[in-house]
Amino acid sequence: MATRQAFDRDLAEVQQDILRMGALVEQSVYESVRSLAAQDSVLAAQVIINDERVDEFFRDLEAKIIGLIATQQPMAKDLRVVVTGIKILMDLERMSDYAVDIAQATMCMVGEPCCGSDMAEILRMGRLAQRMLKEGLDSYVEGNVEKARAMCALDDQVDYIFDHLFRALTKSMEENPAFVPSGAHLLYVIRYLERIADHATNVGEAVIYQVTGERRELN
Amino acid sequence: MSIPKISIRDLNLYYRDTQALKNIDIDIASNSISALIGPSGCGKTTFLRTLNRMNDLIEGVRIDGTVELDGRNVYSPDVDVVSLRKSVGMVFQRPNPFPMSIYDNVAYGPRVHGIRKKGRLDEIVEASLRGAALWKEVRDRLFTPAMGLSGGQQQRICIARLLAVEPEVVLMDEPTSALDPVSTLKIEELIRELKHKYTIVIVTHSMQQAARVSDITAFFLDGEMVESGDTGMMFTKPVDKRTEDYITGRFG
Repeated sequence: MATRQAFDRDLAEVQQDILRMGALVEQSVYESVRSLAAQDSVLAAQVIINDERVDEFFRDLEAKIIGLIATQQPMAKDLRVVVTGIKILMDLERMSDYAVDIAQATMCMVGEPCCGSDMAEILRMGRLAQRMLKEGLDSYVEGNVEKARAMCALDDQVDYIFDHLFRALTKSMEENPAFVPSGAHLLYVIRYLERIADHATNVGEAVIYQVTGERRELN
Repeated sequence: MSIPKISIRDLNLYYRDTQALKNIDIDIASNSISALIGPSGCGKTTFLRTLNRMNDLIEGVRIDGTVELDGRNVYSPDVDVVSLRKSVGMVFQRPNPFPMSIYDNVAYGPRVHGIRKKGRLDEIVEASLRGAALWKEVRDRLFTPAMGLSGGQQQRICIARLLAVEPEVVLMDEPTSALDPVSTLKIEELIRELKHKYTIVIVTHSMQQAARVSDITAFFLDGEMVESGDTGMMFTKPVDKRTEDYITGRFG
């Protein structure tokens, strides 16, 4: 008779739930940036509501994982799967919080004039951060170390866009003081996006640890 | 590793036609705790017993290869087995105190080795009972029967009895398998204390115990030592698939 079937089932269920939570966070990141570009406060409100569901997932999954550690004493690969689960969970929860921050910035900015060329670049940065999250979750599903590494490498691009946007936004504000209220919010927004990308690289590092047992700092 | 305390090379053991240990190679460092794990019948206890030649007593056993203690092969014809077992002592699964007082249990070994002076024996008994973390519990009743103690205390008496002859290596064969959880944790604490003075090799069925107490873990399967290494690594990232399957409980 095969051993540990119940544990395997519980572990698979936890991983499935992490992916469901991941899909929700991915949606939040996407919609937060879209709400910003479209100045859509209804969509922004949706992101904030979404975060409650993410938090619910977080609490539920955290309890399940602690339960598995307490009752099953996972070792070796199992231990790495469980630890990776907790790490990814925390990163996803944090990313959702940043999406909320972006949504709140949107709400503050509705009706304020802002520089169109900067906004296009922020959208590009948002798409990149969202892509990193998606590829991080894909690498988690597939246990694909190469994909995780390739995704982490995108963080350099995000950092580059951040530096570039930081300069562009301050310049826009200098040139046109009417942009200052929105520009100040956007400086925060690019910081949030940069942090979301950092958390995506954490997901990649966690996947590499789960598969290989090696811990690497990739951002 | 600096010069190992025990160095085993190409060790094979046969019970008549059956090979119970296959080409075992391992070095054991001084003042380390090594845990031997593996399913029943894998050879871990047999291996432990080769370290102080306990298998010599079993008919039909044939051993080749070397077990060096401080560079000297314990299977050399000139080795005195009695003095070997004084240097390499053993604690068994079930506590087996002699049917005599606590004091006489601990003084038994030194007396056999010719120590007669009461003052010296008193010193040895106290030091050994302290070493086994039992002195405070029994100092007021040293002359009562050891059999009257709890299982955990009896096991610590056996450890004190062993320490009284000043061994260098302590072998433990599932020393807590007959004990309750609290006594088990006390023995585990004691094992970690003993490490400062002795080299310890422990066979255990509890992987949690191996993880808790040992520096090095070795996994045995079908007479083969599949893998050995740093305990932290063995329990997070074993190299061999068979080790992985065993310690994650996906076996058979």
